[in-house]
Amino acid sequence: MTAGTTVAEVAVALLLVAGGVLSLASAIGLLRMRTFFMRMHPPAIANTFAVWCTALAMIVYFAVFQDRLALYVWLIPIFLSITAPVTTALLARAALFRERQRGGDAPPPPGDVPVSR
Amino acid sequence: MTPLIDLAVTVTLSCYVAAMALAFVRLLRGPAAQDRVLALDFIYINGMLVVLVLGIRFGSSMYFESALLIALFGFVSSAALAKFLLRGEVIE
Amino acid sequence: MKRLFPAPLLSASLFVMWIALQGSLAAGDLVLAAFLAMAIPIACAPLRPLPVRIRRPGVLVRLVLVVGSDVFRSNLQVAAGVLRSPWRAPRGAFVRVPLDITDPNALAALCAITTVIPGTVWTELSEGHGLLLHVFDLHDEVAFIANFKQRYEKPLQEIFE
Repeated sequence: MTAGTTVAEVAVALLLVAGGVLSLASAIGLLRMRTFFMRMHPPAIANTFAVWCTALAMIVYFAVFQDRLALYVWLIPIFLSITAPVTTALLARAALFRERQRGGDAPPPPGDVPVSR
Repeated sequence: MTPLIDLAVTVTLSCYVAAMALAFVRLLRGPAAQDRVLALDFIYINGMLVVLVLGIRFGSSMYFESALLIALFGFVSSAALAKFLLRGEVIE
Repeated sequence: MKRLFPAPLLSASLFVMWIALQGSLAAGDLVLAAFLAMAIPIACAPLRPLPVRIRRPGVLVRLVLVVGSDVFRSNLQVAAGVLRSPWRAPRGAFVRVPLDITDPNALAALCAITTVIPGTVWTELSEGHGLLLHVFDLHDEVAFIANFKQRYEKPLQEIFE
Protein backbone atom coordinates (compact mmCIF):
# COMPACT_ATOMS: atom_id res chain seq x y z
CA MET A 1 0.00 0.00 0.00
CA THR A 2 1.77 3.12 -1.19
CA ALA A 3 0.78 6.75 -0.64
CA GLY A 4 -0.46 6.97 -4.24
CA THR A 5 -2.95 4.15 -3.87
CA THR A 6 -4.18 5.62 -0.58
CA VAL A 7 -4.90 8.93 -2.31
CA ALA A 8 -6.66 7.10 -5.14
CA GLU A 9 -8.66 5.08 -2.63
CA VAL A 10 -9.87 8.20 -0.84
CA ALA A 11 -10.65 9.88 -4.18
CA VAL A 12 -12.71 6.90 -5.38
CA ALA A 13 -14.62 6.75 -2.09
CA LEU A 14 -15.31 10.51 -2.11
CA LEU A 15 -16.48 10.50 -5.74
CA LEU A 16 -18.84 7.59 -5.12
CA VAL A 17 -20.35 9.09 -1.98
CA ALA A 18 -20.69 12.54 -3.59
CA GLY A 19 -22.65 11.04 -6.46
CA GLY A 20 -24.88 9.07 -4.10
CA VAL A 21 -25.60 11.98 -1.77
CA LEU A 22 -26.42 14.39 -4.61
CA SER A 23 -28.65 11.80 -6.23
CA LEU A 24 -30.51 11.40 -2.95
CA ALA A 25 -30.88 15.20 -2.73
CA SER A 26 -32.34 15.27 -6.23
CA ALA A 27 -34.79 12.50 -5.30
CA ILE A 28 -35.91 14.59 -2.33
CA GLY A 29 -36.40 17.48 -4.73
CA LEU A 30 -38.36 15.28 -7.12
CA LEU A 31 -40.66 14.36 -4.26
CA ARG A 32 -41.00 17.72 -2.58
CA MET A 33 -41.14 20.43 -5.25
CA ARG A 34 -44.66 21.72 -5.76
CA THR A 35 -45.17 22.21 -9.49
CA PHE A 36 -44.20 19.90 -12.33
CA PHE A 37 -41.72 22.33 -13.88
CA MET A 38 -39.94 22.69 -10.55
CA ARG A 39 -39.74 18.91 -10.36
CA MET A 40 -38.03 18.77 -13.76
CA HIS A 41 -34.85 20.37 -12.40
CA PRO A 42 -33.60 17.97 -9.68
CA PRO A 43 -33.39 14.77 -11.81
CA ALA A 44 -30.86 16.53 -14.04
CA ILE A 45 -28.43 16.27 -11.10
CA ALA A 46 -28.49 12.48 -11.28
CA ASN A 47 -28.17 12.71 -15.06
CA THR A 48 -25.02 14.81 -14.92
CA PHE A 49 -23.13 15.05 -11.66
CA ALA A 50 -23.83 11.59 -10.24
CA VAL A 51 -23.01 9.88 -13.53
CA TRP A 52 -19.82 11.91 -14.01
CA CYS A 53 -18.65 11.15 -10.47
CA THR A 54 -19.37 7.43 -10.77
CA ALA A 55 -17.70 7.14 -14.17
CA LEU A 56 -14.64 9.03 -12.92
CA ALA A 57 -14.49 6.80 -9.82
CA MET A 58 -14.66 3.72 -12.05
CA ILE A 59 -11.83 4.96 -14.30
CA VAL A 60 -9.61 5.83 -11.31
CA TYR A 61 -10.39 2.53 -9.60
CA PHE A 62 -9.59 0.38 -12.63
CA ALA A 63 -6.47 2.41 -13.45
CA VAL A 64 -5.01 2.20 -9.94
CA PHE A 65 -6.18 -1.16 -8.62
CA GLN A 66 -6.41 -3.25 -11.78
CA ASP A 67 -3.80 -1.53 -13.97
CA ARG A 68 -5.98 -0.96 -16.98
CA LEU A 69 -7.10 2.28 -18.51
CA ALA A 70 -10.88 1.93 -18.78
CA LEU A 71 -11.48 5.21 -20.63
CA TYR A 72 -14.48 3.68 -22.39
CA VAL A 73 -16.48 4.21 -19.19
CA TRP A 74 -16.58 7.87 -20.18
CA LEU A 75 -18.86 6.87 -23.07
CA ILE A 76 -21.80 6.69 -20.62
CA PRO A 77 -21.66 10.39 -19.62
CA ILE A 78 -21.19 11.35 -23.27
CA PHE A 79 -24.11 9.17 -24.31
CA LEU A 80 -26.32 10.52 -21.55
CA SER A 81 -25.46 14.13 -22.38
CA ILE A 82 -26.77 13.44 -25.89
CA THR A 83 -29.92 11.53 -24.91
CA ALA A 84 -31.02 13.36 -21.76
CA PRO A 85 -31.81 16.66 -23.58
CA VAL A 86 -34.04 14.78 -26.03
CA THR A 87 -36.23 13.22 -23.34
CA THR A 88 -36.24 16.35 -21.17
CA ALA A 89 -37.19 18.68 -24.01
CA LEU A 90 -39.91 16.30 -25.26
CA LEU A 91 -41.31 15.89 -21.76
CA ALA A 92 -41.25 19.65 -21.15
CA ARG A 93 -43.14 20.27 -24.39
CA ALA A 94 -45.67 17.59 -23.54
CA ALA A 95 -46.16 19.03 -20.05
CA LEU A 96 -46.56 22.56 -21.40
CA PHE A 97 -49.12 21.36 -23.93
CA ARG A 98 -51.09 19.44 -21.33
CA GLU A 99 -50.96 22.23 -18.73
CA ARG A 100 -52.27 24.73 -21.27
CA GLN A 101 -55.08 22.39 -22.23
CA ARG A 102 -55.95 21.91 -18.59
CA GLY A 103 -55.62 25.59 -17.80
CA GLY A 104 -52.85 24.93 -15.28
CA ASP A 105 -49.89 27.09 -14.38
CA ALA A 106 -48.16 27.52 -17.71
CA PRO A 107 -47.47 30.69 -19.65
CA PRO A 108 -49.86 31.21 -22.55
CA PRO A 109 -48.62 30.49 -26.06
CA PRO A 110 -46.84 33.45 -27.67
CA GLY A 111 -48.80 35.64 -30.06
CA ASP A 112 -52.50 36.26 -30.09
CA VAL A 113 -53.51 33.20 -32.08
CA PRO A 114 -53.91 30.20 -29.74
CA VAL A 115 -52.13 27.04 -30.85
CA SER A 116 -54.49 24.60 -32.50
CA ARG A 117 -53.68 20.97 -32.93
CA MET B 1 -11.33 -4.15 -2.54
CA THR B 2 -10.10 -2.07 0.36
CA PRO B 3 -12.25 -1.51 3.48
CA LEU B 4 -12.67 2.20 2.71
CA ILE B 5 -13.99 1.58 -0.80
CA ASP B 6 -16.18 -1.21 0.53
CA LEU B 7 -17.71 1.21 3.03
CA ALA B 8 -18.13 3.91 0.35
CA VAL B 9 -19.84 1.42 -1.95
CA THR B 10 -22.26 0.42 0.80
CA VAL B 11 -23.10 4.05 1.62
CA THR B 12 -23.51 4.93 -2.05
CA LEU B 13 -25.73 1.96 -2.80
CA SER B 14 -28.00 2.82 0.14
CA CYS B 15 -28.22 6.41 -1.14
CA TYR B 16 -29.26 5.21 -4.60
CA VAL B 17 -31.79 2.76 -3.19
CA ALA B 18 -33.30 5.48 -0.99
CA ALA B 19 -33.42 7.81 -4.01
CA MET B 20 -35.20 5.14 -6.04
CA ALA B 21 -37.70 4.59 -3.21
CA LEU B 22 -38.49 8.32 -3.06
CA ALA B 23 -38.88 8.45 -6.83
CA PHE B 24 -41.18 5.44 -6.59
CA VAL B 25 -43.41 7.39 -4.20
CA ARG B 26 -43.57 10.14 -6.83
CA LEU B 27 -44.33 7.51 -9.47
CA LEU B 28 -47.29 6.23 -7.49
CA ARG B 29 -48.53 9.63 -6.41
CA GLY B 30 -48.45 11.35 -9.79
CA PRO B 31 -50.44 13.59 -9.94
CA ALA B 32 -50.10 14.04 -13.71
CA ALA B 33 -48.86 11.50 -16.22
CA GLN B 34 -45.74 13.59 -16.92
CA ASP B 35 -44.73 13.29 -13.26
CA ARG B 36 -44.81 9.53 -13.58
CA VAL B 37 -42.68 9.59 -16.73
CA LEU B 38 -40.16 11.86 -15.00
CA ALA B 39 -40.01 9.56 -11.97
CA LEU B 40 -39.57 6.48 -14.19
CA ASP B 41 -36.71 8.16 -16.05
CA PHE B 42 -35.07 9.03 -12.74
CA ILE B 43 -35.42 5.43 -11.53
CA TYR B 44 -33.80 4.22 -14.75
CA ILE B 45 -30.80 6.52 -14.27
CA ASN B 46 -30.41 5.43 -10.66
CA GLY B 47 -30.61 1.77 -11.62
CA MET B 48 -27.84 2.38 -14.13
CA LEU B 49 -25.75 4.08 -11.43
CA VAL B 50 -26.30 1.11 -9.10
CA VAL B 51 -25.00 -1.22 -11.81
CA LEU B 52 -21.93 1.00 -12.33
CA VAL B 53 -21.19 1.02 -8.59
CA LEU B 54 -21.55 -2.77 -8.50
CA GLY B 55 -19.00 -2.84 -11.34
CA ILE B 56 -16.53 -1.14 -8.99
CA ARG B 57 -17.53 -3.43 -6.12
CA PHE B 58 -16.83 -6.61 -8.08
CA GLY B 59 -14.03 -5.12 -10.17
CA SER B 60 -15.50 -6.25 -13.45
CA SER B 61 -16.05 -4.26 -16.63
CA MET B 62 -18.95 -6.47 -17.68
CA TYR B 63 -21.19 -4.24 -15.60
CA PHE B 64 -20.31 -1.32 -17.84
CA GLU B 65 -22.04 -2.95 -20.78
CA SER B 66 -25.25 -3.63 -18.87
CA ALA B 67 -25.19 -0.04 -17.60
CA LEU B 68 -24.93 1.17 -21.19
CA LEU B 69 -27.88 -1.06 -22.13
CA ILE B 70 -29.98 0.26 -19.24
CA ALA B 71 -29.21 3.84 -20.29
CA LEU B 72 -30.23 2.98 -23.86
CA PHE B 73 -33.52 1.35 -22.85
CA GLY B 74 -34.29 4.16 -20.43
CA PHE B 75 -33.78 6.73 -23.15
CA VAL B 76 -35.97 4.90 -25.66
CA SER B 77 -38.80 4.27 -23.20
CA SER B 78 -38.82 7.80 -21.76
CA ALA B 79 -38.71 9.36 -25.21
CA ALA B 80 -41.56 7.13 -26.40
CA LEU B 81 -43.67 7.92 -23.33
CA ALA B 82 -43.04 11.66 -23.67
CA LYS B 83 -43.95 11.48 -27.34
CA PHE B 84 -47.11 9.64 -26.43
CA LEU B 85 -48.06 12.36 -23.94
CA LEU B 86 -47.42 15.01 -26.56
CA ARG B 87 -49.56 13.60 -29.33
CA GLY B 88 -51.35 10.52 -28.09
CA GLU B 89 -49.36 8.32 -30.45
CA VAL B 90 -45.76 7.14 -30.56
CA ILE B 91 -45.15 6.71 -34.28
CA GLU B 92 -47.11 8.80 -36.69
CA MET C 1 -13.22 11.45 -50.32
CA LYS C 2 -16.26 13.66 -49.97
CA ARG C 3 -18.47 10.89 -51.42
CA LEU C 4 -16.95 8.25 -49.18
CA PHE C 5 -17.32 10.31 -46.00
CA PRO C 6 -20.33 12.61 -46.30
CA ALA C 7 -20.12 13.41 -42.57
CA PRO C 8 -16.46 13.29 -41.52
CA LEU C 9 -17.13 14.30 -37.92
CA LEU C 10 -19.72 11.57 -37.45
CA SER C 11 -17.41 9.01 -39.08
CA ALA C 12 -14.51 9.99 -36.84
CA SER C 13 -16.57 9.78 -33.65
CA LEU C 14 -18.07 6.43 -34.66
CA PHE C 15 -14.57 5.07 -35.32
CA VAL C 16 -13.27 6.26 -31.94
CA MET C 17 -16.36 4.96 -30.14
CA TRP C 18 -16.06 1.50 -31.66
CA ILE C 19 -12.37 1.23 -30.79
CA ALA C 20 -13.11 2.42 -27.25
CA LEU C 21 -15.91 -0.11 -26.81
CA GLN C 22 -13.78 -2.98 -28.08
CA GLY C 23 -10.79 -1.85 -26.06
CA SER C 24 -8.26 -3.20 -28.52
CA LEU C 25 -6.30 -2.03 -31.54
CA ALA C 26 -6.26 -5.39 -33.33
CA ALA C 27 -6.43 -5.33 -37.13
CA GLY C 28 -9.91 -6.85 -37.18
CA ASP C 29 -11.32 -4.21 -34.88
CA LEU C 30 -9.76 -1.42 -36.94
CA VAL C 31 -11.28 -2.84 -40.14
CA LEU C 32 -14.71 -3.22 -38.53
CA ALA C 33 -14.52 0.29 -37.06
CA ALA C 34 -13.58 1.72 -40.46
CA PHE C 35 -16.44 -0.18 -42.09
CA LEU C 36 -18.95 1.16 -39.53
CA ALA C 37 -17.59 4.69 -39.85
CA MET C 38 -18.26 4.45 -43.60
CA ALA C 39 -21.55 2.54 -43.52
CA ILE C 40 -23.49 4.34 -40.78
CA PRO C 41 -23.38 7.86 -42.30
CA ILE C 42 -24.53 6.36 -45.62
CA ALA C 43 -27.32 4.46 -43.85
CA CYS C 44 -28.32 7.68 -42.05
CA ALA C 45 -28.34 9.77 -45.25
CA PRO C 46 -32.10 9.23 -45.88
CA LEU C 47 -32.74 11.04 -42.58
CA ARG C 48 -31.21 14.11 -44.25
CA PRO C 49 -29.12 15.40 -41.34
CA LEU C 50 -27.95 18.97 -41.77
CA PRO C 51 -24.24 19.14 -42.44
CA VAL C 52 -22.35 20.45 -39.42
CA ARG C 53 -19.55 22.89 -39.97
CA ILE C 54 -17.51 23.91 -36.96
CA ARG C 55 -15.79 27.17 -37.70
CA ARG C 56 -13.95 27.89 -34.47
CA PRO C 57 -12.76 24.72 -32.69
CA GLY C 58 -11.03 26.84 -30.04
CA VAL C 59 -14.28 28.52 -29.09
CA LEU C 60 -15.96 25.11 -28.99
CA VAL C 61 -13.42 23.76 -26.51
CA ARG C 62 -13.83 26.83 -24.32
CA LEU C 63 -17.62 26.53 -24.47
CA VAL C 64 -17.45 22.88 -23.37
CA LEU C 65 -15.31 23.88 -20.39
CA VAL C 66 -17.63 26.79 -19.48
CA VAL C 67 -20.68 24.52 -19.68
CA GLY C 68 -18.95 21.83 -17.63
CA SER C 69 -18.14 24.26 -14.83
CA ASP C 70 -21.66 25.74 -15.00
CA VAL C 71 -23.18 22.26 -14.70
CA PHE C 72 -21.05 21.64 -11.63
CA ARG C 73 -22.05 24.94 -10.00
CA SER C 74 -25.71 24.62 -10.94
CA ASN C 75 -25.80 21.08 -9.52
CA LEU C 76 -24.68 22.30 -6.13
CA GLN C 77 -27.08 25.27 -6.28
CA VAL C 78 -30.08 23.12 -7.17
CA ALA C 79 -29.22 20.53 -4.52
CA ALA C 80 -28.82 23.30 -1.91
CA GLY C 81 -32.05 24.90 -3.10
CA VAL C 82 -33.88 21.61 -2.66
CA LEU C 83 -32.47 20.97 0.80
CA ARG C 84 -33.33 24.40 2.17
CA SER C 85 -36.70 24.64 0.42
CA PRO C 86 -38.71 24.27 3.67
CA TRP C 87 -37.24 27.55 4.87
CA ARG C 88 -36.76 29.43 1.63
CA ALA C 89 -38.65 28.19 -1.41
CA PRO C 90 -36.73 28.57 -4.67
CA ARG C 91 -38.30 31.11 -6.98
CA GLY C 92 -39.01 29.05 -10.04
CA ALA C 93 -40.12 31.10 -13.01
CA PHE C 94 -40.57 31.03 -16.75
CA VAL C 95 -38.29 33.34 -18.72
CA ARG C 96 -38.67 34.29 -22.34
CA VAL C 97 -35.24 34.80 -23.92
CA PRO C 98 -35.08 36.52 -27.31
CA LEU C 99 -32.68 34.55 -29.51
CA ASP C 100 -30.46 35.73 -32.33
CA ILE C 101 -29.25 32.37 -33.60
CA THR C 102 -31.23 30.62 -36.29
CA ASP C 103 -28.96 27.75 -37.34
CA PRO C 104 -30.70 24.45 -36.43
CA ASN C 105 -27.48 22.82 -35.28
CA ALA C 106 -26.70 25.77 -33.01
CA LEU C 107 -30.24 25.63 -31.59
CA ALA C 108 -29.88 21.90 -30.94
CA ALA C 109 -26.61 22.55 -29.12
CA LEU C 110 -28.28 25.31 -27.09
CA CYS C 111 -31.10 22.90 -26.19
CA ALA C 112 -28.57 20.34 -25.00
CA ILE C 113 -26.75 22.99 -22.93
CA THR C 114 -29.89 24.29 -21.21
CA THR C 115 -31.23 20.85 -20.34
CA VAL C 116 -27.89 19.48 -19.15
CA ILE C 117 -27.57 22.39 -16.70
CA PRO C 118 -29.90 21.44 -13.82
CA GLY C 119 -30.97 25.00 -13.09
CA THR C 120 -32.64 25.56 -16.46
CA VAL C 121 -35.04 23.55 -18.62
CA TRP C 122 -35.71 24.22 -22.29
CA THR C 123 -39.49 24.38 -22.63
CA GLU C 124 -40.57 25.89 -25.90
CA LEU C 125 -39.05 27.57 -28.92
CA SER C 126 -41.36 29.53 -31.16
CA GLU C 127 -40.42 31.50 -34.21
CA GLY C 128 -40.41 35.21 -33.59
CA HIS C 129 -41.05 34.90 -29.86
CA GLY C 130 -37.77 33.52 -28.65
CA LEU C 131 -37.19 30.71 -26.27
CA LEU C 132 -39.24 29.86 -23.22
CA LEU C 133 -37.05 28.60 -20.36
CA HIS C 134 -37.96 27.45 -16.90
CA VAL C 135 -35.43 28.55 -14.30
CA PHE C 136 -35.15 26.84 -10.91
CA ASP C 137 -34.21 29.87 -8.85
CA LEU C 138 -34.53 33.22 -10.59
CA HIS C 139 -33.19 36.36 -8.93
CA ASP C 140 -32.94 38.96 -11.66
CA GLU C 141 -34.58 38.30 -15.00
CA VAL C 142 -32.72 40.98 -16.97
CA ALA C 143 -29.33 39.89 -15.64
CA PHE C 144 -30.17 36.24 -16.30
CA ILE C 145 -31.07 36.91 -19.94
CA ALA C 146 -27.94 39.01 -20.51
CA ASN C 147 -25.74 36.37 -18.89
CA PHE C 148 -27.41 33.56 -20.86
CA LYS C 149 -26.90 35.30 -24.19
CA GLN C 150 -23.33 36.28 -23.40
CA ARG C 151 -22.29 32.89 -22.03
CA TYR C 152 -23.91 30.42 -24.42
CA GLU C 153 -25.51 32.13 -27.38
CA LYS C 154 -22.54 34.21 -28.51
CA PRO C 155 -20.02 31.33 -28.61
CA LEU C 156 -22.56 29.16 -30.46
CA GLN C 157 -23.02 31.95 -32.96
CA GLU C 158 -19.28 32.10 -33.50
CA ILE C 159 -19.01 28.33 -33.88
CA PHE C 160 -21.89 27.58 -36.20
CA GLU C 161 -22.71 30.74 -38.14
